[in-house]
Amino acid sequence: MMKYCYTPRAAIYIAALVVLLFLPQLLSPYHLMLMESGLSLAIMALGLNLLLRYTGVLSFGHGAYFAAGAYAVGLLYMYLPDKFTFENAILAAILASAALSALFGFVCVRHTRIFFSILTLALSMLLFAVLEKAYHYTGGSDGIRVPIPLFFGYEFEGMRRFQFLIGPYYYVVVGIFAAATVTMLAIVNSPFGKALQGTRDNELRAEMIGIRVKRYRWYAFVISGTFCGLSGGVWSFVNGHITPEISNWVFSGEIVYMVLLGGFMIFEGPIIGALLFTYLRLYAVAITEYWMLILGATLIFLVLVLPGGVMGGLHSLFSRLKLKRVS
Amino acid sequence: MVLIYALNGLYFSAFLFLTSLGLSIILGVMGILNLAHGSLYAIGGFVGAFLIGMMTQSPVPVMLFVAVLGAVAAAGAVGFILEITLIKHMYRRALEYQLLITFGILMLIEDSIKLVFGGESRYASAPFDAMGSVDIMGHTYSTYFLLVMAAALAAGILIWWVMTKTRLGIMLRAIEMDREMAQAMGIPMRSLTIVAFVMGSAFAGLAGVLVVPTTPAVMGMGMDPLIMAFIVVVIGGLGSLRGALLGSIIVGLTRSFTVAYFAELEMPLLFLIAVVILIIRPEGLFGQK
Repeated sequence: MMKYCYTPRAAIYIAALVVLLFLPQLLSPYHLMLMESGLSLAIMALGLNLLLRYTGVLSFGHGAYFAAGAYAVGLLYMYLPDKFTFENAILAAILASAALSALFGFVCVRHTRIFFSILTLALSMLLFAVLEKAYHYTGGSDGIRVPIPLFFGYEFEGMRRFQFLIGPYYYVVVGIFAAATVTMLAIVNSPFGKALQGTRDNELRAEMIGIRVKRYRWYAFVISGTFCGLSGGVWSFVNGHITPEISNWVFSGEIVYMVLLGGFMIFEGPIIGALLFTYLRLYAVAITEYWMLILGATLIFLVLVLPGGVMGGLHSLFSRLKLKRVS
Repeated sequence: MVLIYALNGLYFSAFLFLTSLGLSIILGVMGILNLAHGSLYAIGGFVGAFLIGMMTQSPVPVMLFVAVLGAVAAAGAVGFILEITLIKHMYRRALEYQLLITFGILMLIEDSIKLVFGGESRYASAPFDAMGSVDIMGHTYSTYFLLVMAAALAAGILIWWVMTKTRLGIMLRAIEMDREMAQAMGIPMRSLTIVAFVMGSAFAGLAGVLVVPTTPAVMGMGMDPLIMAFIVVVIGGLGSLRGALLGSIIVGLTRSFTVAYFAELEMPLLFLIAVVILIIRPEGLFGQK
């Protein structure tokens, strides 16, 4: 890790963290809550990108692991209300999503390309169908309410939801987001991360030099799913209510959208994408009843004109400017 | 009652066959999984419901004929426009872009339908009511369901004939087998991919119009059929006609009998079947690797 501490990237990260910590003074409460939602989704986008960018497989069903995390929190509240503390809830989210992604991933990693995408999609819909139909256990399509939890024994008794979210919880989200980002950066730069990229570029060659391709892909799947679960757990408190929709394939499609919007070839792209998507969606919904038209048109524009996403576009713009200055 | 469940199952199957046929053709010939397929189905449904609503005075056969023709033409036309403007750029692109562009098209079409037809549901049960029911071994059964089965059968035979006996079908299958070789042999790829996409879209429209006499056209009506068609295509094999037929029958009958006996299990069981088949035979029952 030490070698990353003295790079320009580290300086940018610290600057970004400082900005994030001062945002409560700058933004209105409403935008702060959006930011929280965006930051928690960013954790998931990072998780998905471990598979897309570094392993070379596209999951169209990562909503399932997000749902596993969110429902772990919701079900903990429903069945063990006396154990419902923040740390237990997040732990439950991580464990549930790790277990589910280990199970589903074991099946999925045997395939690549379109088979992988369809299989992940089918599995997430399986979870969606179960969550919706098991009405007596999961609340069905009405979902589950998620109240304010205990925090390491500290109680926010009498605090209103809104105050809790714009106050202490914002810093919790920023903290978890920062930790997740640094962890993911360490993972993709580790020998494990490099081996994954090897399996992506040439599966046969990786196999020949002794990388156990499926095993490694499975590990990547579980890590990726666990990030989604963490994201789902954090997000469930922000949203205050969870429904099976988050396991529907449309939500999984939106995750891929976020990653592409930011630019999946750049490590930070998915983070930017998740934040942008949160705002884009909000503004589209605010200005017109036909917000899907705006989102759809934006997506088509991205695919056709800006395949590297916003960050990819900026990156190529900068390198072009640099070239001009040299010549 | 088993007979009725079986008939209902066959009706579901007929309907699924029509929906998955188009998805399967597009996937087979073009290698693109069209997430907007359900939206083309919805176009068929809305146009059909609109036309049936306009012609309440006409006799039922005329009404159905015009509705089917209009819906198929509308879905086919939208498919044509999509292919020549957007999809044609996608053949050489990576999988994530292919999937995302059809996802974008899905959002675009869903809201365009809302824009054109308004957000409210459209009822078009006139043909269903007018056709009444027949008596099958002591059970009354709606004639319209039998008509849909006949339509699916006819569509299946037609597409089988086109794919095996005509020059067009043979060229399409050649593309399916080996794109590069087909191109080298001088097969006009560009026009044939357009034909395949329009054909697939038109079938989606046909399925859509045939459903509106039984259930109203509502926003998002294409979502469930899309997922069902996925399951069928997965079970039957990517891009295989026989597979689509067998997959439809498996899914249709499973659905009908689980709805009858354990309604709660319907969707989970279907996904479970699809997942199990994907695990043991990822290329599907009739797919080629």
